[in-house]
Formats: sequence, C-alpha cells, structure tokens
Amino acid sequence: MASTLCNYLPELMCKFPAIDGTTMRVARKSIDDSFKGFVRAYGNVIDAVTHPLQLFLNWLEALFVSTPWFVFLAVMVLIVYYASRNMRIVALTIIGMLFIGFVGLWEDTMVTLAIVTVSTLLAIIIGIPLGILMARSDRAQSIINPILDVMQTMPSFVYLIPVVMVFGIGKVPGVIAVVIYAVPPMIRLTNLGIRLVDREVLEAADAFGSSPRQKLINVQIPLALPTVMAGINQTIMMSLAMVVVASMIGVGGLGKNVLQAISNQFLTIGFLNGFALVAIAIIFDRASQAYGKRLQRHTEVVHG
Amino acid sequence: MASHDIEIRNLYKIFGPNGGAFIDQVKAGMSKSELNETHGHVLGLKDINIEMPGGGITVVMGLSGSGKSTLIRHINRLIEPTSGEVLYDGVDVCQMSPLELREFRRHKTAMVFQKFALLPHRTVLENTVYGLDIQGIPRSKSEEIGRRWIDRVGLSGFEGHYPNQLSGGMQQRVGLARALSNDADILLMDEAYSALDPLIRVDMQTVLLDIQQELKKTVVFITHDLDEALRLGDKIAILRDGEVIQQGSGQDIVLQPADDYISAFVKEVNRGRVIRLDTIMGPLTGTAEGLAMPGGTVLEAAARIMTDARQSSAVVTNDGGTPIGRVDLQQIIAAMVTPKSHEDKQIAAE
Repeated sequence: MASTLCNYLPELMCKFPAIDGTTMRVARKSIDDSFKGFVRAYGNVIDAVTHPLQLFLNWLEALFVSTPWFVFLAVMVLIVYYASRNMRIVALTIIGMLFIGFVGLWEDTMVTLAIVTVSTLLAIIIGIPLGILMARSDRAQSIINPILDVMQTMPSFVYLIPVVMVFGIGKVPGVIAVVIYAVPPMIRLTNLGIRLVDREVLEAADAFGSSPRQKLINVQIPLALPTVMAGINQTIMMSLAMVVVASMIGVGGLGKNVLQAISNQFLTIGFLNGFALVAIAIIFDRASQAYGKRLQRHTEVVHG
Repeated sequence: MASHDIEIRNLYKIFGPNGGAFIDQVKAGMSKSELNETHGHVLGLKDINIEMPGGGITVVMGLSGSGKSTLIRHINRLIEPTSGEVLYDGVDVCQMSPLELREFRRHKTAMVFQKFALLPHRTVLENTVYGLDIQGIPRSKSEEIGRRWIDRVGLSGFEGHYPNQLSGGMQQRVGLARALSNDADILLMDEAYSALDPLIRVDMQTVLLDIQQELKKTVVFITHDLDEALRLGDKIAILRDGEVIQQGSGQDIVLQPADDYISAFVKEVNRGRVIRLDTIMGPLTGTAEGLAMPGGTVLEAAARIMTDARQSSAVVTNDGGTPIGRVDLQQIIAAMVTPKSHEDKQIAAE
C-alpha cells in the first residue's frame, strides 16, 4: 500500500528526511573523540578516585574466598537468623549454600557475593541521602526523577559502553555498572517512604517544636524504614541480576560462568550457575523481607 | 507558673497561592463566596478577635468547615496567618523567627490531636516523653516525668505497649499525657475527643477538668459538640464560615443566642446543666431561712437537692455564704424548659 502511495507523493514525504551520513559521521566521531580525550586527560583522577573501591573490593573478595566454607556458612546462618528469627529461612539458607558447594560453585559464589555486597552497600550509601533530598525538595524530585527513569529504562548494555570507556574492564567498572542499575529503587523507595509518612504525625512533631533534623531522625526515617527496607531488598535483587550482565566487562564469579555457557551452549553449567544465583537471591530476599517485617512489629499487634 | 492570656487580634487567613493579594478586598467587605468565585481563594478566617483568659478553658465551637481547626493552628503557628496578631505575653507569635517559634512551641505550648498523631514505632512511655526528647532532656529525667503523667491519665501498666495495641480512648490518654509532660502553659486541644465514643468522651472530659483544677493551664479546646463546649468552657466562642458569631460564657450563649444559627444549636441543650441559680434567682424576700445553696449551682443539681429535701423554695448565697436571693421550683422548671421563642427559631432578643 505504502509503496503505491509513494508513487504519487514527493520523496520528502515518503523517505524520512534524516541527517545525511557525512554529517552524522562527523558528529559521531567528534563526540566519541572528545569523550575519549576527556577520559585520557582525566584518567589519573578517575583511577585515584576508584582506587579505594578497588582495594575494598579485592579485600572483601579475598576474605570471602579464603574463609573456610563452614565458617562462612556459620556466619551467614547467624546473620540470617538474627535478621529473620525464622528457622525455615535458616534451613533454606543451609540447603541452598550446601547445594552450591556440592556442584562446585562455592568459590565463584563467593566472588559474586563480594561484588553484590559492595554494590548493595554503595547503592545504600548513595541512595538513601538522595532519597531524603528528593523527599525534602519537590525541585530535587523533579530533577532526579527523569534521571532515574532513564537509568531504569536504558538497556544496561548501552551504559556499559561509557563505563568501559571511562573505567576500563574489570571488577570496579562492573561494580559501577551494577550500582547504576540497582540504585534507582533505593532512591525511589526512600523518597516514597518519607513522603508517605502520616501528615498528622509530622504536624505533631512540628507542634512540639522539632527541628527539621529531629523530625527526620525521630519521625520520618523510622516511619519510612519498612519502605526503605523494601528498597534495599529490591537493590539486592537487581544487583544479583546485573552481576551476570556485568560479567561481559570482566566481572568474575557466577556471571562469568553463565556468559561462557551462553557462548558454548553448555546447558547444564548454565542452569547450575543460574540456580546458584536464584538460591542466593531467595536467601537474601527472604531474610531481608523478614527483617523488614520485624521492624514493623509495632504495627502488627492491633487492639482487638 | 502564672498563666497568661492569649489575645487574637484582627486575624485573617486566606487560603490559596496568593492569599495576601486579596486581604485588602476582604477587609473592605468581599464575601467568602465572592472571593472563591472570582479569585479561586478560600477565606479561612475573617477578622477574628478573641481573648482567651489565662488559666481557663476557652472552647472554640463550630461545625466542620467553620475554620476552628485553622484558628487553633494559628496559636502555635502551624498555619501562617495572612494578616493579624496572636499575642502571648505581649509577644506576637506571628512575628517570631523560626528559632523563637521553635522555642515557643517547645516550652510554651503542647497540643493534643483529633487523630491522636502518636508515633506508631514508639511505646506509650516513649511517646509520652517525645516533647521532652525534643527539648533535649535526658531520658533518665524525662521517663520519670512521663511515668507520672501516664499514671495521672490512668494508663499505669501500659508503658511498654505500642499505640496500636490500645483503644482510641487509651490512645488519646497517651496524647494527653504527652502534652502534659511538656509542662507548657498553653494546652491546645484540636477536637481532641471528637473521635471517641460518647461515654469515653465524657470520661476524658472529666479527666481534663480534674487536671485543669490542679494545673490551671490556658486551655484552648476545639469541638463541634455544644454539650462538650458547655461542659468544659469557661468561655465559648462560636465560629461559622470563618467568623466569630458569638463569644461569652456558656450561660450567655444558652440564654441569649446571637442569631438563629446559634438558637438552633442551643435548643437541643440540657439547660438545667448550664444555667446557674444566681442567673434566675429573684430578690431576697422575707427571712433568709431554709435550704441554702451557692449561686454557682446549676439548675438540675438545685432541683435535685430541693426535691430530696422536700422544699419548694431555697435561699441562694454568694461565695462567702451571704444570702443574695431566693428561688422556687417553679422558677427553676421554667428556666430549664427551652423557651418557645427558641423552638420557633426566632431571634431571642431578651
């Protein structure tokens, strides 16, 4: 149909008047070159800034990998127990981790855990203050929100490109990519949690003469905590998902195995590593959710 | 602590993005509906002038939308006025800097809210000491104060409970204990008992009256319930559409309602519990012998005492016990019955 219609129409209306190839090529080249130039010029600065992160990451990875498996498992069980106070989740943790060990993925799992831990910590450190800022200022919210929209919808492969150009290949750029992917829910849910705090309670805080800081610490953060915990949970889940993609830029661990399995059609290896990730994800999810629920104990005991 | 008056002078509040721009027009007589239709702004309060006596309970009464909650929020400036003054100790609250205002709220005022506004993650005791936390008083000291007030409002044994575990009435006791712990001179009660069951409400009114007898705070009490207003108020101001239409003692309002609107309210009131003997007594005739009652006795109580004593007439005395007049049952009953004029909703211009 369209082709017949085009017989009668001027070309301009049938073929979209795109910028011509030469101009496009020049533009592309100049943007790419200036970006590369920027990276080259500030390479030392970037390295200096990311160096502490590199050291911390290496240290944590070495710690996780070199700790005897039963010690690590015991510590993990203790943490899960104190977070959830739930024996079923503890049992789930033991079974999951033993499965991972038996199929020979313990060491890779430790590497992945180290990266996820660092990424989640970074996401929390960045996300909570930004969320608080957003909750306090509508202006900040109107600026940050569209940025978060872009971060969440931009295909992760696309922003791997500038990350690699700036930070190169390896663990640190991997962590940065993971944080970019995992931080939006942390920011959004912190903002939401604070904004949802009952207006009447805030008014009471004002009426008793709270300073903005006292209001934040005594009222807003404690009441937003369940929502913030949901944000932390989401961040952990998204870090685990992104670790696989980040293996494309040199992050080791389970993700690397998955990547190899994809390129070589290793069905079993692919699924084993996939299930290992699922096991960790479920453990983290259940433990952090149970912890979030425990924080809301006061809302559960209702006057009959 | 000596109590001081709160004086509200020429207070106006116009809600809307640009309220200040219309203040002159409103002062020149623009009506609420005209302001809303032509400029999209809402007139919240119009030329409010009330003196709230220190050490007494001033009740601001009005139906929803009358501006009563807006008015009480001007006293601690939770709402900024468009124009006017709120004076306490000769200082205009509306002119205070943010820091002065914070100090004023911390030490001079305490507030009780309709929906309690307790912190759900804090226990009863922790909620009670909230105001003291804000003042920076260490827990070691504040908990003692908190426990004393929890005991005073009848919640001993519930210190460790969370608000969710308590009934509405008990939650409001926590709200009251929290406000009293502040030891502030001004107690602001924003429809504090409106959310409670009738029986519990009366119970809480008694708690407030008991405590007030002891503490003599300057209480501002907001309600939409005339019976509550008459029971609690040393002074009552009635608000309608953001304007004060009558203020005075409970008796003034019951006996001389300013307009149809108030008479419509007043006709449902149990007059026997409001009107005092010294208002209706006749001159002292003959000897001052027989049953004697103080002039402050309300009619219902007087009628009960007289019927119990099988007397049809009694002597009214002043505070010092000197006879100042005489009443008989006939007068008492006549005064307790709602006058025909109020039934007909005519203006009672007595």
